[in-house]
Amino acid sequence: MYSDLVMDHFSNPRNVGEIPDADGVGTAGNPVCGDIMKIYIKVKDDCIEDIKFKTFGCGAAVATSSMVTEMVKGKTIEEALVITDKAVAEALGGLPANKMHCSNLAATTVHKAIEDYRSKVGAGSR
Amino acid sequence: MENKPDKVVYMDHSATTAVHPKVLDAMLPYFSERFGNASSIYGLAREARRALDQSRQTLAEGIGAKPEEIIFTSGGTESDNLALKGVADALRSKGNHIITSAIEHHAILHVCEYLSKRGYEITYLPVDKHGIVDPDAVGRAITEGTVLVSIMHANNEVGTIEPIAEIGRICKERKVVFHSDGVQAVGKLPIKVDELGVDLYSISAHKFYGPKGVGALYVRRRTPLIPQAQGGSQERNRRAGTENTAGIVGLATAIAMAEERRDDYNRKVGALRDRLIAGIQERIPSVCLNGHPTRRLSNNVNFCFQYVEGESILLNLDLMGVAASSGSACTSASLEPSHVLLAMGVQPEIAHGSVRLTLGYDNTEQEVDYVLSILPEIIERLRSMSPLYSKAGAAAGGGNG
Ligand SMILES: Cc1ncc(COP(=O)(O)O)c(C=O)c1O
Ligand code: FES
Repeated sequence: MYSDLVMDHFSNPRNVGEIPDADGVGTAGNPVCGDIMKIYIKVKDDCIEDIKFKTFGCGAAVATSSMVTEMVKGKTIEEALVITDKAVAEALGGLPANKMHCSNLAATTVHKAIEDYRSKVGAGSR
Repeated sequence: MENKPDKVVYMDHSATTAVHPKVLDAMLPYFSERFGNASSIYGLAREARRALDQSRQTLAEGIGAKPEEIIFTSGGTESDNLALKGVADALRSKGNHIITSAIEHHAILHVCEYLSKRGYEITYLPVDKHGIVDPDAVGRAITEGTVLVSIMHANNEVGTIEPIAEIGRICKERKVVFHSDGVQAVGKLPIKVDELGVDLYSISAHKFYGPKGVGALYVRRRTPLIPQAQGGSQERNRRAGTENTAGIVGLATAIAMAEERRDDYNRKVGALRDRLIAGIQERIPSVCLNGHPTRRLSNNVNFCFQYVEGESILLNLDLMGVAASSGSACTSASLEPSHVLLAMGVQPEIAHGSVRLTLGYDNTEQEVDYVLSILPEIIERLRSMSPLYSKAGAAAGGGNG
C-alpha cells in the first residue's frame, strides 16, 4: 500500500520527540479521522534550528510528520512557510489516494508552530 | 526480541481462512472432469446433481435442518441480503418494521440503510459494554408492524456471542420472523436451527477453511421469501443461476470437517486465545480487552492499546511477519472508527488503538509467544512518539490491564 520511502520514514522516523524549551509549539488534529500531530521548533536568527514531532496517527501521518521535519530543518521561517502539504506528500513520492488527507496535518502543524513562535516574539517586544 | 519467522504468523482468521487440503481435494474434480451443469439430463450433469444433493444433505445435517431448507449462495453477504430483502419484500403488506442491532456486519447494516430509503423503519438495538444484545429489548421493540428481527450469532470484531436462543424464543412467541448472521459462528458454536429458534441463518464457507464466494442461507419451511435474483429455476426458484458445484462441494466438505473437530478446535484454539490475552495483559500497561470475558468466540482476541493508532500497530506487526486487523478509523475506508466498538461505548480515540488477532487451527503456542515477544516493544515505541502518551501516562499513572 505504501511506497518504500513512506515505509522508511514510518519505520525510522526522523526528529521524533519534544523540545522542552521550544520557541514555538503547534498542534493540529485531523478532522477526518481524529489524529493528532504536535511540532516543536527552536528558532535562531530567523532559522529553524531544531524541530521535533510527536504524532498519534496512521503510517502516512507518521511518515509525513517525519518528512516535513526534514524539509524545514535549517530553513528560514519564510522558507518554511511556503512549504505546502502537497509538497510534503510529493517529497514522499506520493501517498495512496485514500491517505492524501493525512498529509494535511504536516505543513499546517509547522505553520502553527511558527505562528506560536511569532506571537511569543511579538508579545515579548511590545 | 526474536527474529522474524520465515512463515507469516497469520492471526486474521475472522477475515478469512486458507482452504483446507481435504476441502480442495474434494472440490478439484468439479472444475474439470465433473464440470457438468446440474440442470442438464446426461450423465455428466447427473454427477453434478448428485454432488449438489449430497452437499445439501451434509450441510442440512450439520445444522439440524432439512435439505430443502438450504439455499446455496455466493457467500455471507448474499445470504444476508437475500434474508433481509427477501423477507421484507414478502411481508410488505404486513408491516414495514425491522429490528436489528448496532453491531451487525455491514452486510446487514447497509441493507437496512437501503431498506430504510425504501420506506422501512429500522430499529438498531444498542448493546452493553461487552457487546451483548438484551433479549428483553428485542421483545420491547417488537410492534404490530414488525416483520423481521435480525441479530448476529457472534460478532466478527470482538467475538461476542449473542443470546440467540433466547431471542429466538421471544420471536417465536410474538410470531416474528427471526434471522441470524452465523458467518462467524460456524465451526465454533453448536448450530442446531431448532434449538436456536432461527427462521433464517447465514453461512459463509471461507470462514471455516472452505472456499471464498460460496455460502448458504437456511430458510425454515413456510418462511415467506421473495427471491432477489430472477432467472433459472435453481434452488427451488429461490436463487437463480447455475450452481457453483465445486464451491458447494467445498462448503459441504468444510462444514463436515468443522463439525467433526469443533470440540477439538475450541479446546486448542481457546487455549491459545487465553494465553495471548493473559500475555498481553501481563506485559503491556494501559490496554483493555474488547468484548466479553467469557461469552466470546474461542479464536478472538481484541484489544485497545491506549495512546496509539491501530494502523501503525498493524504496519509494525506486518514488518515483523504478523498479519492482524484493526478497527481504527485510519484503517477503515470510511475513516470512521469501528461502529462495533463505538456501540459498546468505547471512546473514539481509544477505538483508534484497537487490534484484532483472530486465531486458527494451525496457529501454535510458539507463534503466540512470538507475538507476545514483539508486541510490547512495538506499542512502547509508538507510545514514545504519541503526543497523548506522556500527558495521559502521568495522569493515569499506569495501566488498567
Ligand atoms: C458477521 C459477518 N457477516 C457477513 C460477512 C460477509 O461474508 P462474505 O465475505 O462471505 O460475503 C462476514 C465476513 O466478513 C462476517 O464476518
Ligand atoms: S491519519 Fe488517520 S488515516 Fe492517516
